[in-house]
Amino acid sequence: MEAALRAAAGTMSDDKISQAEKDEAAYFAERAKAAAARAAEASAVTGTPPTLFDVQEMELNFGPQHPSTHGVLRIVLKVDGEKILEAKPDVGYLHRGTEKLFETETYPMGVPHTDRMDYVAAATNNHAYCLTIEKLLAVEVPRRAQLIRVILDELQRLSSHLVWLGTSGIDLGAVTPFWYAFREREQILDFFEEYCGARLTLNCMRIGGLPFDLTPGWTERVAEFVDDLPARIDEYEQLLTDNRIWKKRTVGIGVISGEECIEWGLTGPVIRASGVEWDLRRAQPYECYEELDFVVPTRQNGDTYDRYIVRVQEMRQSVRIVRQCLERLEPGEIRGKVPRVIKPVAEEVYASVESPKGELGFYCVSNGSNKPYRMHVRPPSFINLQALPRLAKGHLVSDLVALIGTIDIVLGEVDR
Amino acid sequence: MTLVDGAIVVLRVVVPALILPALVIPLVWVERRVAAFIQDRPGPNRVGPFGLLQSPADIIKLFTKEDVVPAATDKFLFLLAPSLAVFAALSTFAVVPYGPTIRVAGKVIPMVGADVSVGLLYVFAITSLSVYAIVLAGWSSNDKFSLLGGIRSSAQIISYELAMTTAAAGVVLAAGSFRLTDIVAMQEGTFRLLPVVPRWNFFPQVIGFIVFFVSAFAETNRLPFDLPEAEAELVAGYHTEYSAMRFGSYFLAEYINVIVASAMTATLYFGGWSLPGFHPEGWLGGLLGLLIFAAKTAFFVLVFIWVRWTLPRFRYDQLMRLGWKTLLPLSLANLLWVALLAIWRTSR
Repeated sequence: MEAALRAAAGTMSDDKISQAEKDEAAYFAERAKAAAARAAEASAVTGTPPTLFDVQEMELNFGPQHPSTHGVLRIVLKVDGEKILEAKPDVGYLHRGTEKLFETETYPMGVPHTDRMDYVAAATNNHAYCLTIEKLLAVEVPRRAQLIRVILDELQRLSSHLVWLGTSGIDLGAVTPFWYAFREREQILDFFEEYCGARLTLNCMRIGGLPFDLTPGWTERVAEFVDDLPARIDEYEQLLTDNRIWKKRTVGIGVISGEECIEWGLTGPVIRASGVEWDLRRAQPYECYEELDFVVPTRQNGDTYDRYIVRVQEMRQSVRIVRQCLERLEPGEIRGKVPRVIKPVAEEVYASVESPKGELGFYCVSNGSNKPYRMHVRPPSFINLQALPRLAKGHLVSDLVALIGTIDIVLGEVDR
Repeated sequence: MTLVDGAIVVLRVVVPALILPALVIPLVWVERRVAAFIQDRPGPNRVGPFGLLQSPADIIKLFTKEDVVPAATDKFLFLLAPSLAVFAALSTFAVVPYGPTIRVAGKVIPMVGADVSVGLLYVFAITSLSVYAIVLAGWSSNDKFSLLGGIRSSAQIISYELAMTTAAAGVVLAAGSFRLTDIVAMQEGTFRLLPVVPRWNFFPQVIGFIVFFVSAFAETNRLPFDLPEAEAELVAGYHTEYSAMRFGSYFLAEYINVIVASAMTATLYFGGWSLPGFHPEGWLGGLLGLLIFAAKTAFFVLVFIWVRWTLPRFRYDQLMRLGWKTLLPLSLANLLWVALLAIWRTSR
């Protein structure tokens, strides 16, 4: 900068100054002039000369290349020192036009596109998409397929929450839980790999059912894993739940009330941590969730710590659900009666599932052809991200990373 | 002064200054392996036996990388800051006694770089200098994240240094001297009233030790106080714009600081090279003393690593609150307690 300023003052010979440096000098000179003008204006308004203690805003580009934005998110911050005056999320860096892509391909070809939205929870995306088309076709999914879908969903919820736990721990400087969480996630990905061959972009559901039946021994291995998991969750909790530094960094950070959550349209663990018992698995049961015995964990304070507790308890509930489904599994069909060529009647349907991040819904407009006329996605990450400016205001830059972590966004889903 | 005397001075002054940075290589390996052990994974185990050559490989990599200096930096300060960090880290060790004073062939050899009468003051003066390395790096980088790192660093230093110095004042009061060799000598042997307990400052001044050790984490910028760096928040904090070995020298400085802080803790509160019943004779005694000192230092280095991989990070206003509202009163209480002890001891 000094070189640039010197260049601006003309003390350096011209041949040593590159064009870039000249541009830069001009830029800084302009900035300095603007700042002086602002200061003069401010002192003219208040009638007092500017002092050292005036608020000095700085604009900080938090991302898109930043280790804690969980993808490519850019947040334009206005900060006074480290205090956040304003935070504006700038999305779209990962936009691939998925909704438009659905229109160009037949109904069954849409499933793999959903994998690429929330890429840490592909199974629930597949599920929401298939559920929508099944609703459009009025197809009944066989019981065995329903149970396996729920098992896959809950394993996916576990793995998604494990990713969240690990990364939000790293955001606050706790590195070790990350490795523990990914150790278990690795096992879950192994189960997926064994089932459908993929670990991340699963493409593990089909309209009307499932592509494959379970491989021999899969259920036993999953049962063993879920029996083991509660002890592992205790391990993470041991490092964080009662940790005084962890509590200091999360209690009272980003408080949002239940009413506000409803007004913003927030869903998932965020709304449940604010005392609203809203879980689509309970509120609008799909597949076989109705008959399963599980609790929807809620907390009252609506801060980062409560969202942490809610997610950890959800993991324990997922373990219960998987266990119950495994007990109920019986041999049977895995695909319902779906026509070979899917040409639904002209209709508009909306169906949604409780994804790990919240309500994930698909709104499909059919015009009677073999391709959707319009497909709209209700992405929980995108809608939950709206609350970030509201949550971050008045907190410090350090808290911002905790807040990005706590609303648990995946940019693939935010931008689609 | 004969040639032999000169050689001895070179040995006791220059060699530690060379060994210290060399020790960083195994220390980085230890840190990685211990971290891996804590995190239930193997850690580096491919390059050389047990992965021992991983750190040398990394250092070669750092040396051969391109040293990028961004255009809009203040070049002079930008280039100066990393060397300041290493300078401050290395020169602190000069006054720390790493072994007993031995007599070999009629020559008295004190195993310390420089036995300064104001040793402890020197240590604090030099470690305070290390904050300049961070503030200057943050400022000269002309990067907002670096700048925030630099600001945090200066906020951090005023919050913990006072408590740290006040805690160490208790040790000075007990020893009646700023000279580190005196402080070690005073901790030799056992307590008169409890002959099984070593006369380490740790026992009467446990509060002072806690304050000192907690502050040492802030001093070395290690988790839970690695705020100026805070990679999740400030990208890489003050060294965001650095590359190649200039970036590496901050790491070098950090690890040397960890060794020095551990050595200081061992010296001030755990009797340095001394051990009850250990009376060093000749060069063998000197070597034994050095080993005892190394063992005590290594213990605290391991504690540093262990804590880093266990705790989350403080926020910087929380660190300031901790420093001013908890550590400072505690260190003052410790000072009062040591003063009372001193009065009681002299009145008997």
